[in-house]
Amino acid sequence: MEAKPQGCARITGAVLGEPPPAAPGPPDAPATTRKEAAMTARVGGKAPDFNAPAYFKGGFTNVQLSAHFGKWILLCFYPGDFTFV
Amino acid sequence: MSAVADKYSELQNLGVEVFSVSVDSHFVHKMWNDHELSRMVEGGVPFHMLSDQAGNIGRAYGVYDENQGIELRGRFIIDPDGVIQAMEVLTPPVGRKFAESVRQIQAYQLVRASKGTEATPAGWMPGDPVLRPGPDLVGNVWKVWKPHE
Repeated sequence: MEAKPQGCARITGAVLGEPPPAAPGPPDAPATTRKEAAMTARVGGKAPDFNAPAYFKGGFTNVQLSAHFGKWILLCFYPGDFTFV
Repeated sequence: MSAVADKYSELQNLGVEVFSVSVDSHFVHKMWNDHELSRMVEGGVPFHMLSDQAGNIGRAYGVYDENQGIELRGRFIIDPDGVIQAMEVLTPPVGRKFAESVRQIQAYQLVRASKGTEATPAGWMPGDPVLRPGPDLVGNVWKVWKPHE
């Protein structure tokens, strides 16, 4: 595992292969929001690719989903660390 | 997530890679592993714990809750072609059942191995009979499968 230098920026996961979000229009403009545009996950469809910082066995690394295509993947979202369920 | 960590070897045996995602930073993931999960699961969390602080990934998968700023319990089974075969999304108070994820993975692996010639009926478990959709099966499912079995 490659150790990544850890800066102080608030690094976060990012969806890959998408155009940059359009500049926000006036508040009453039709809501062609990036929320809707970005929500592409559906059964039978390609899994949206992304890159995200990760913790793995004592170290920090980056995970790109498509780098693991070729295997079966179980992708699990959950509300938060230190929650109870 | 501790339930998945605890049974991780079952998934490894099926050749499944696991990624967990939340809006916590990867630094907090480390603290959660070190201070709590490693006390529930021998050796700590065995899979990558991803950070999605801005909710970008969660939005792409339709599980980001804008009002609460958290990600719902979304579970996705992705096949080797990168295609989502199954998804399950629960609101926060109810946890998933790990065994059901394993069952679905096993069913999809069977279907894939058969190149789509086999299908699994409701409630199928490994070892149970499978269905072979085709002209001979039309109207004859009752001969090979009944709901109470």
